[in-house]
Amino acid sequence: MFLINCPFCGEREQSEFKAGGEAHIVRPKQPTELSDDEWAEYLFMRKNIKGIQFERWNHVHGCRKWFNMVRDTSNDQIKAVYKMGEKPPVK
Amino acid sequence: MKNKYSIFSLIKNAFSYHENWEKAWKDPEPKKEYDAIIVGGGGHGLATAYYLAKKHNMKNIAVVEKGWIGGGNTGRNTTIIRSNYLWDASAGLYDHALKIWEGLSQELNYNVMFSQRGVMNLAHNLQDVRDLKRRTHANRLNGIDAVYLNTEEVKKFCPIINTSQDIRYPVLGGTLQRRAGTARHDAVAWGYARGADEMGVDIIQNCEVKGIKRNGDTVEGIETTKGFIKTKKIGVVAAGHSSVIANMAGLKLPLESKPLQALVSEPVKPIIDTVVMSNAVHAYVSQSDKGELVIGAGTDDYVSYSQKGSHDIVEGTLNAILELYPIFSRMRMLRQWGGIVDICPDASPIISKTSIKGLYFNCGWGTGGFKATPGSGDLFAHTIANDEPHKLNAAFNINRFVSGDLVDEHGAAAVAH
Repeated sequence: MFLINCPFCGEREQSEFKAGGEAHIVRPKQPTELSDDEWAEYLFMRKNIKGIQFERWNHVHGCRKWFNMVRDTSNDQIKAVYKMGEKPPVK
Repeated sequence: MKNKYSIFSLIKNAFSYHENWEKAWKDPEPKKEYDAIIVGGGGHGLATAYYLAKKHNMKNIAVVEKGWIGGGNTGRNTTIIRSNYLWDASAGLYDHALKIWEGLSQELNYNVMFSQRGVMNLAHNLQDVRDLKRRTHANRLNGIDAVYLNTEEVKKFCPIINTSQDIRYPVLGGTLQRRAGTARHDAVAWGYARGADEMGVDIIQNCEVKGIKRNGDTVEGIETTKGFIKTKKIGVVAAGHSSVIANMAGLKLPLESKPLQALVSEPVKPIIDTVVMSNAVHAYVSQSDKGELVIGAGTDDYVSYSQKGSHDIVEGTLNAILELYPIFSRMRMLRQWGGIVDICPDASPIISKTSIKGLYFNCGWGTGGFKATPGSGDLFAHTIANDEPHKLNAAFNINRFVSGDLVDEHGAAAVAH
């Protein structure tokens, strides 16, 4: 268990949040033109990184807003939290 | 030739105070080249090596393991074995494994303590009842033993369950697979390691894979902490770390690695002689031969390789356990731990060739891989040796995520994965 600094509410327990998976996967602009391989890549394939990962979270038992997080998945340390649409503050 | 374990060898070794037992497997340094290398020395990896040597006559092979064999998820699971899956492909896969389990101790000359004590799955609402009845019918059509029990029959089979209809999630019924049960998880890894070692397989521990060398679309070998090892065939069975290995080869897999937790209580006298699982409240419990209650919790929803889960997951599971078994209310928990499980979007495994020649993956077992260990090893060995899947694992290819032909056990299986 760890604490998450919600960009709207401040620091709360992780159990208030829902993880939304890998961030910055852009929905295809022309879905009808995608090949099966490209659909599979968009829908299913994930980096699943051991280390620094960019991901989406939702403060589901709080403000219910979505935001982004940079987290080290090898030790659950949070590196940064930023709002949707913003550029990641770390590389 | 190894000495056979028997009552006579036990008596013989008793005279020397059990100090002269030969090592169950050697601890060799890697050779320069192998015909095939298995990455991951858990139950599935060791079983794969065992069947490659035994059924496909591939003796010049190695298993490389970054820690010690059986030290990952093989030693962290709750040892439940069953085959009551809904879909035909899954039923074929898991019942293939269950049939091997039934003769495994004899085959390996190693007591894996396989105990067919039955697995009961509970229904807590009307939809559960419908789903479980449907699954019972599907199981029986596939030749898998399954019966549906009403509340009284559940109580009769496991008297300590609270079947009061006044609790938050009352027991409305359940299914029972009598051939299902448990096994000693460490013994499975050790038994396969001993068997594989006897046939000449090198089991190399403390050897972490650092890279996969490719020449175009063909593998040439692996970079490890013990140097480069040349090979034409690499079978990856790395569980939670499958994506890490895949990234080394420039592949992406449809996996997310998440912490799954389990816990055991202090040991007590025999109180529950079966395995009881509940999907709706996500709690399952059995009792080990040492007397500990073995309790399985759920996964966290975020990716993590930390082998630590959240406390609220354990709390939720224990709440459910206490409502179903008020008799456990004053039990103390002895140990709690997490393992990293690799979960596919359809909660079914991948036992498959890849787009890279000579690179094979056996992964995506998620929260339910232990039960399949012998079958998984057998089918993965077949896939590696023949460069073609066996008919039982053909549906579990990696291309199903492109074709859309998923084996959707998510929610369809007896427990949530």
